[in-house]
Amino acid sequence: MNLLNSITHGGTANRHNPWPRADVVEDGWQQAIDLLTQGHCTLLGLWGDSPLVHMALLGDNAADIAVLSYTCKDGKYPSVAARHPPAIRLERAIRDLFGLEADGAPDTRTWLDLGFWDVRYPLGESAPAYKSKPYEFLPAEGEGLHQIPVGPVHAGIIEPGHFRFTANGEYMVRLEQRLGWVHKGIEKLFEGASLEKAGKLAARTSGDSTVAYAFAFAQAAEAALQINPPPRAVYLRALMAEIERLANHFGDIGAICNDASFSLMHAQCGILRERCLRAAGACFGHRLMMDAIVPGGVASDIAPPGLLQVRDLLAEVRRVFPRLIELYDNTASLQDRTVTTGIVKPELARQFGAGGFIGRACGRKFDVRRTPGYAPYDTLRFDVPVFEAGDVNARVWIRIREVEQSLFLIDQILEALPNGKLKTALKPNGRPCEGMALAEAFRGDVLVWLRLDDNGRVTRCHLRDASWFQWPLLEAAIEGNIVADFPLCNKSFNCSYSGHDL
Amino acid sequence: MRKTLFESLTQGPLTEPPPAPGRVALSELARHVNRAARARLGRSLSIRHVDAGSCNGCELELHALSNAFYDLERFGLRFVASPRHADVLTVSGPVTKSMREALMRTYNAMPDPKWVVAIGGCAVDGGIFAGSYAVVGGVKDVLPVDLHVRGCPPSPTEILKGLIALLEHVSE
Repeated sequence: MNLLNSITHGGTANRHNPWPRADVVEDGWQQAIDLLTQGHCTLLGLWGDSPLVHMALLGDNAADIAVLSYTCKDGKYPSVAARHPPAIRLERAIRDLFGLEADGAPDTRTWLDLGFWDVRYPLGESAPAYKSKPYEFLPAEGEGLHQIPVGPVHAGIIEPGHFRFTANGEYMVRLEQRLGWVHKGIEKLFEGASLEKAGKLAARTSGDSTVAYAFAFAQAAEAALQINPPPRAVYLRALMAEIERLANHFGDIGAICNDASFSLMHAQCGILRERCLRAAGACFGHRLMMDAIVPGGVASDIAPPGLLQVRDLLAEVRRVFPRLIELYDNTASLQDRTVTTGIVKPELARQFGAGGFIGRACGRKFDVRRTPGYAPYDTLRFDVPVFEAGDVNARVWIRIREVEQSLFLIDQILEALPNGKLKTALKPNGRPCEGMALAEAFRGDVLVWLRLDDNGRVTRCHLRDASWFQWPLLEAAIEGNIVADFPLCNKSFNCSYSGHDL
Repeated sequence: MRKTLFESLTQGPLTEPPPAPGRVALSELARHVNRAARARLGRSLSIRHVDAGSCNGCELELHALSNAFYDLERFGLRFVASPRHADVLTVSGPVTKSMREALMRTYNAMPDPKWVVAIGGCAVDGGIFAGSYAVVGGVKDVLPVDLHVRGCPPSPTEILKGLIALLEHVSE
């Protein structure tokens, strides 16, 4: 099925690549929501672009992607969330940033605007801030319930966010998240930025996924300008992306075990993570590989000693990691904490379009490296591991299996690394153009959508982290678990705060 | 598990020799830290970290300080969960408008004497996010800062140099 064939629209935009963007009015917008509620397509994103609201959809067949644009009337558009709950937070964010109201929205509370800004609707027709009424958390009623407020400042070295737990003794009956504390106004800073500066902003959206963000941003810019990066740059990008995935998965596996007080795994995985970062530093001059991917290609070639260090890294991981997997699998006290804890239901993962290890741990086989796919992954062999249980244990196992796949991918990349140029020149094409891209970060799919003006400057850029569709599932997964298992569940999700708050 | 533990015993530690304290850091500290405070602490500092709006890159490198290669605790430095137990507040990120109050409250909860270390380029002046409607600016715009560790993000070695400089200076 082709998405746009089943939606009434008024023609597609010129110069929107690589997928089509169509203008719709009320009936087309509602047909799209029908498809979402019937499960025929998945919501990839919903964002403002005053006076438009764009909705990105992923069809049944995962290569079928389309963007629908609705022109708001009197600053209003028909609510998607009214019938499709995954859009709730997106609509609240659109209202806070643009002042565009979702007509019929089920939840009209603020989301990113926590009442500390000097302006209201900073990306729309901004107005001075006004004294907002106190935020009301959702009620939980019953005998003996008590609330535990946590954050925004947490006990560990982690990002800020507020969690409101309602517990009945040890058992959690409700978790409600309140995010937005690290909102930096990134999308506003994109306005008028050169591609160079915009690439740096994208790379600082979520530091742990800096490669994935730079990768997605570069692809979106290249799609808009209709240029192709040279083959060597494409392979180097994938090498960076897989080293980033390895480093983060090692960090996560260790940290999850640490939250179950099994510090040996934490120490051992910490060593492997550090080796990844050192190899990355030796190859690309930066431990996290920030700004190593630029629109048009890569910033610099791989340093020859770095290449040796990557080979050493692969050998070391292959020597040590199998023993750590065995240790994880054979430690009953650890398994006791992770197995059947924090279960995500497959229906919810599908409805929310949860990507990464959260979706794949409960049967949603979705990895944008595979479908829709992008270079060079279309020429590389790899499996997309899937588990069914949906618990903390399954999310650990997805990471373990993905580490193995990343090693295999790096083997192939080093084998096939072509010679040649590192960058294609960026030529503004003299007309406004739009581009969109998806890249698979370690935690799931990153979506970047942008519009460039005739001089190649960014007029609007939207970044959607996988966390937008994962955070809400944490609220669901936690129900019925004990308070002490929250850190474990949260770590196994490892959602981004900065990537979400923007 | 036994094999992993035995191997750890026989192969020797991965921990690397400490870096020398940063010279720039020492001169910055000389202006800030008073002699009376130094006498009270001995060679041990407890650190509380607050992310006031970072992209989480700085947090990753702060975490790395605890791994086997850098082993922060051998210097008498350790991260603590409560500001009530802390001597040093490390702060990363441009301070967002939404985090300003939470940051100040954390600082106010710390007992005297106390020091503030700004970690990363954004914490110096807001970095690439400076000028945004949602950003106050650097940490110094909200709290008195004793030491800046620059970098995007600073490597664990750079952070260590700054913290060791603080330690040396405090216990001099």
